[in-house]
Amino acid sequence: MSKSEAISWFRIQEMFRFQSFHMYGIIGTAVALGLLITYIIKKYNLRDYQGNPIVFTPKEKSVSRYLLGGTIFGLGWALTGACPGPLFVNLGHGFWAFLLAITGAIVGTFTYGVVKDRLPH
Amino acid sequence: MLEFISQPWPWYVSGMVIALIMALLLFFGKSFGFSSNLRVICAACGAGKKVDFFDFDWRAQTWNLLFLVGAIIGGFIASEFLSTGEVVQISKATIQDLNQMGISAPEALQPMEIFSLESLFTVKGFLILLSGGFMIGFGSRYAGGCTSGHAISGLSNLQLPSLIAVIGFFIGGLITTFVLLPLIF
Repeated sequence: MSKSEAISWFRIQEMFRFQSFHMYGIIGTAVALGLLITYIIKKYNLRDYQGNPIVFTPKEKSVSRYLLGGTIFGLGWALTGACPGPLFVNLGHGFWAFLLAITGAIVGTFTYGVVKDRLPH
Repeated sequence: MLEFISQPWPWYVSGMVIALIMALLLFFGKSFGFSSNLRVICAACGAGKKVDFFDFDWRAQTWNLLFLVGAIIGGFIASEFLSTGEVVQISKATIQDLNQMGISAPEALQPMEIFSLESLFTVKGFLILLSGGFMIGFGSRYAGGCTSGHAISGLSNLQLPSLIAVIGFFIGGLITTFVLLPLIF
């Protein structure tokens, strides 16, 4: 992530402005290979290192929670230029300001846990 | 070799590495989803006593916390030992657009207007990072996943919910980019 600058606020801005292929290339390559890996695992019923079958638990069907939750997530993603993983990678880089964003993310997760039953899912 | 990996990596290398991480996690009986860690952290801090959502066996997710620690260490190694100090090569159009908002062209990995400690202690900077983080945490749990869980793992499994979530990611991202950021800066 770090080495391809995917943790940079600049790269995320460039992506949301559709001004470069870079981020789409990263996600596209990962998904294309991911599709292949997932397909092969399912087709040949591959097992993990302990011999248990690898199962993909499908997400429950809904539209509202994914669309609303996704939109809220996207607002934050573009604002901080980082999704959850890169928040921590940036910390490793010595950008201490991300500690505040991480605090916000933990508080946000906690708040969701508190109000979740009152939200449309 | 060191010189080779010290340069910024092209997108296809990074994409392949991400897919490899997903494959390795699957092989070890796990799944690739980073934002679950935020829930695990809440649970580990004792939130399960008050809120049911955090009342689960978080210790079973210790591997994911290690993944988180690895992400921090990875960032440290990349910046300390594998960096040529090169400036992020974003497109000219983006530099121009950002300039109009008063954000200067990249001099490092991140814009100092947001991530320097000086900006952190301004009201604007403080609110950007805190509210941005809050929305990431709240939104990813509401949507049941973030970029790794939905965009990578979910789309790879051709899950419709993940596609809806990714569409949401972009709706939110575009609102921030074209409405919120011009208002803030």
